[in-house]
Amino acid sequence: MRELASEPVSAAVSSATTEVVDPVPGAEAPHLPRQDLVQLLTPEGERVEHPEYAVDLDGEELRGLYRDLALVRRWDVEATALQRQGELGIWASLLGQEAAQVGAGRALQPGDMAFPTYREHGVAWTRGVDPLHVISLFRGVDNGGWDPVATGFNLYTVVIGAQCLHATGYAMGLQRDGGESAALAFLGDGATSQGEVNEALIWAASFSAPVVFFCQNNQYAISVPLERQSRVPLYQRAAGFGFPGIRVDGNDVLAVLAVTRAALAAAREGQGPTFIEAFTYRMGAHTTSDDPTRYRLASELEEWKLRDPIARLKAHLSRTGIADQAFFAAVEAEADELAGRIRSGTTEMPDPPGTAMFDAVHAEQTPHLAAQQAEFEVYQASFEGGSE
Amino acid sequence: MTAQTLTIGKALNLGLRKAMEDDAKVVLMGEDIGRLGGVFRITDGLQKDFGEDRVVDTPLAEAGILGTAVGLAMRGYRPVCEIQFDGFVFPAYNQIVTQVAKIHARSRGKLAMPIVVRIPFGGGIGAVEHHSESPEAYFAHTPGLKVVAISNPVDAYWGIQQAIASPDPIVFLEPKRRYWDKAEVDLDAPPDPLWASRVIRGGDDVTVLAYGPMVKTALQAADAAAEEDRSVEVVDLRTLSPLDLDPVVESVRRTGRCVVVHEAPVTLGLGAEIAARVTESCFHSLEAPVLRVGGYDTPYPPSKLEEEYLPDLDRVLDAVDRAMEF
Ligand SMILES: Cc1ncc(C[n+]2csc(CCOP(=O)(O)OP(=O)(O)O)c2C)c(N)n1
Repeated sequence: MRELASEPVSAAVSSATTEVVDPVPGAEAPHLPRQDLVQLLTPEGERVEHPEYAVDLDGEELRGLYRDLALVRRWDVEATALQRQGELGIWASLLGQEAAQVGAGRALQPGDMAFPTYREHGVAWTRGVDPLHVISLFRGVDNGGWDPVATGFNLYTVVIGAQCLHATGYAMGLQRDGGESAALAFLGDGATSQGEVNEALIWAASFSAPVVFFCQNNQYAISVPLERQSRVPLYQRAAGFGFPGIRVDGNDVLAVLAVTRAALAAAREGQGPTFIEAFTYRMGAHTTSDDPTRYRLASELEEWKLRDPIARLKAHLSRTGIADQAFFAAVEAEADELAGRIRSGTTEMPDPPGTAMFDAVHAEQTPHLAAQQAEFEVYQASFEGGSE
Repeated sequence: MTAQTLTIGKALNLGLRKAMEDDAKVVLMGEDIGRLGGVFRITDGLQKDFGEDRVVDTPLAEAGILGTAVGLAMRGYRPVCEIQFDGFVFPAYNQIVTQVAKIHARSRGKLAMPIVVRIPFGGGIGAVEHHSESPEAYFAHTPGLKVVAISNPVDAYWGIQQAIASPDPIVFLEPKRRYWDKAEVDLDAPPDPLWASRVIRGGDDVTVLAYGPMVKTALQAADAAAEEDRSVEVVDLRTLSPLDLDPVVESVRRTGRCVVVHEAPVTLGLGAEIAARVTESCFHSLEAPVLRVGGYDTPYPPSKLEEEYLPDLDRVLDAVDRAMEF
């Protein structure tokens, strides 16, 4: 084993190699001592305390989180079905990552700005983005139909890692303006290998920018397991950049909420960035184009099913009497209604006019492009009435 | 003769396999190319047969893939780098343009860079943004690089081997929407040189030039034109840098008309360079200006609009008509 420079990191790593408490089965994470994982709700739905992180939510708030999780999952399942039926070009499922996304999203305040990848439908939900505005991207109608400024939710970024620099720059802007807000950058475990992500971490540290990096470690970058991207637990990377890193159980919505809230609060107070590793699992394929049976074992999936983020909150709410059958039935009914709205909204979504591609290329349209558009319109018109 | 009917994808797979068997220094590198066999399965089965040292699932970092390829090349390896989709080559652009392209010249020939950068390119597959682009002009504009754009299984099988054997760095563009197109491939026949363009259909009225995915479109347009008694000659350019325009010049001197087709935006695309050169060489034979058919000068649109954005049979025919009527 190679020597590690900084004290706390090497201590953590060596203890990890000796006292493995509960490596999450199937995730091949022998470096995962439980004390490194912030958890407030066990997979069985048992409420546990953590010395540093606490949440104090009333019944309504807890039921609200459950509702978020259930509706987001239903949206996702419906979108996957729509893709299979040819209504969407592709869909990137968030199955299994609902708690990480809802927890992080609900930690945001209205003035904050989220910078998603392409999978953060759960965060979109918490920002009030209409699911159909996300669906339209995957249907090929536009590149995301929502207003990033009005929603505090940036457009999806498909080029891995690019958004981490944007979030950092945005945070530097907030800092200059003396604002009380922060930026929240989402990234995957694979993204941590990108040069641009590492540059973002450096900039954030050097300028003490009010940005939080929220990394959903779902164990895979398409087929490539975490081991190929990092030889240390991802949250420990932060130490090398000079700011705190923390690992949270990404399937525990309460822990994610607590940890992200604390990190955002620290950022707003001028304490600089935090790197959060939300330890989770991508239950579905990478996208609907992917075949995960080619690179991972079914047994892994079975292990992770036991850690389902929604089942554990449901168990907790039922056991404590915070929610009853009537509540769960009402959420179910609401989910059915949402799914119906998504389905009809998708199948009835009009195709954009061809001229849409010219519309916003520049803030100031150029004569050249205007002329090209005019030619395009004449050319298209020459077919009208012909084939239909 | 050993012949086999192959798709472009399978021909690439077999060509890569052959290159790896022939030269132990050939190393494949890329995201998801090993265990998964690549998102298009072009490297399917190669890691299983050649091992993880020769078919490397890299970390998710394109600058890393190309930058380390430079170092490996300095050690005598022949890295074949897969970029997952056209739109994701840009993190590696710096390495390709400032390093890979220049090292042979900077070292006055002491360091060779036999690197192949494989890129599935072009649109027409209904994908989300960054998965349908045609970045060839950026590379063709860079001195020190060679750029190949194949259109068929024969060139896939032989071209990838020729590219790997070449001592120079090559950006090797694969027409992703045609990966499943089939043709018979002669596995014994000595291939055309990689650098030669090829007249693939004879004609007298107009010369249509294409490469990569647009070759099929150009052939379809030639068929349709024939029904209207227009005789279209089609040239598959095959290599975009260096351009082999001798057969093109010969053709245009005969037809007097030339249309260049590509998916990339027309402005400063390959068509612009070709139009200039053809005009210089064929000025007195031309009956019409060299016309270009390409993508509009907009970002590649959402997939619902790609059919309107991409040149198709009708747009090629339209240009053929305009050339004829000029
Ligand atoms: C620069 C770049 N390279 C490659 C890709 C293709 N690609 C899309 S998603 C993906 C894996 C991403 O893994 P990770 O960051 O762990 O996020 P996840 O998809 O698991 O949420 C890859 C390689 C891309 N989108 N951008």
